[in-house]
Amino acid sequence: MMYETDLVVIGGGPAGLMAANTAAGAGASVLLLERDRHLGGQLIKQTHKFFGSEKQHASERGIDIAALLGDELKSLEDRVTVWTHATAVGLYDDGVITVDYDGTYRKVRPKRIVAATGASEKFLSFPNNDLPGIYGAGAVQTMMNVYGLRPGKRVLMIGAGNIGLIVSYQLLQAGVSVAAVVEGLPQIGGYAVHASKIRRAGVPILTSHTIVRADGKESVESAVIAEIGSDWKVVRGSEQTIPCDVICISVGLTPLTELLWQAGCEMRYIPALGGYVPARSDRLETTVPGIYVAGDAAGIEEASAAMVEGHLAGLEAALSLGCGGDGCEEERADCLKQLSSLRSGPTAEKIRAGLSCAHGCQTPKRRDEHA
Amino acid sequence: MENRRITDHPILDFSEGEVIPFTFDGKPMEGRSGDTIASALHANGVKVLGYHFKTKRPRGFYCAIGNCSSCLMVVNGQSNVRTCTEPLLPGMKVETQIDRGVPDDV
Repeated sequence: MMYETDLVVIGGGPAGLMAANTAAGAGASVLLLERDRHLGGQLIKQTHKFFGSEKQHASERGIDIAALLGDELKSLEDRVTVWTHATAVGLYDDGVITVDYDGTYRKVRPKRIVAATGASEKFLSFPNNDLPGIYGAGAVQTMMNVYGLRPGKRVLMIGAGNIGLIVSYQLLQAGVSVAAVVEGLPQIGGYAVHASKIRRAGVPILTSHTIVRADGKESVESAVIAEIGSDWKVVRGSEQTIPCDVICISVGLTPLTELLWQAGCEMRYIPALGGYVPARSDRLETTVPGIYVAGDAAGIEEASAAMVEGHLAGLEAALSLGCGGDGCEEERADCLKQLSSLRSGPTAEKIRAGLSCAHGCQTPKRRDEHA
Repeated sequence: MENRRITDHPILDFSEGEVIPFTFDGKPMEGRSGDTIASALHANGVKVLGYHFKTKRPRGFYCAIGNCSSCLMVVNGQSNVRTCTEPLLPGMKVETQIDRGVPDDV
């Protein structure tokens, strides 16, 4: 049986929740698909307070923002249907989405789609990188903040971007020792405020260093790290062995875009945004009419930007269906203003450069507009 | 064995959940309500969830959110269960997976 609805939002993280709330608020019928058994995406494990402005819930913790967005969704339940434990497994030429919904196979035909599928963690190549005890930074965060478990006794953190720094601090909060934070670049990638917090706690941040190998029989027992020169090669004789039972890999994220590839969206390889991302208009419509993208799937940024993008994509999808009323123009202008403000600082220079490559595509007219 | 459950945290409150009994390779173990299979095993000090079907090198979970398939195990006789996202249920029979596994309908 075909399930028909105005809009399908794929992904119930910060971008997807905002898209669903906005579109339903404007009067569209929405089906929200979430692979996990609960909504909130990665917000549910973020115990740190967010930056940004009040409109993106700055100075609140991710876990509280997830609850807030979830409550708003509940208040719109006459227009929003939520399927959790539902994985979108295919997106076809005729606009049909196939879904594995709690073990059953479903078909959905929406008039519009917002892909808010998020990202996956990147990995790093080194000998024995498959040993148990080597975890992604997100996994360590999940273990601690969702399941209340210490990942181990002593962690070696690889990567001094914001996630590496924040997770190091969260490890200390959970009573786990952090041997060091290792960073390949000559400078720390994350914000100074996060770096200072863990340095004050006595954790060294070793820039221009890399992991050479992991060692252990059935799981991690130690790691060898070394200094690297400007040629990114190991400086001979600088190797040192760090005893640890966990190695945490925090070397960035890459957009999850399989469905957009399958749908035939024009994809562009933009390293500044984390890998392949869909080309889109500044209103987030891809080159396939009626398919919008928001959040990390559009390029790796912070949750605050993901929420505004979700808001904008949900609004655009609803407006294109004739929903919405007075004030929508202002709402759109406000979203665009918030996005440019979030991306205005010197740390967002890379994002701005990446976005200039992703934007500037022509979305062909929708089928229903040709008629 | 070290206690891996966090009881004292500056921001989060982890209350003692209901005990959920299960077995791992025939050995009785206890998880807590809210656990996934992998988190319950981790709490019991189990890091090796399987062995690579070809190289037989040990495997643990990597992403913990159902992306990477590094945590596949045999659960109640069904192979290739993503244990990092599968909720733990009372009486589950969890086993180390050492091969590609068998499809459900065979």
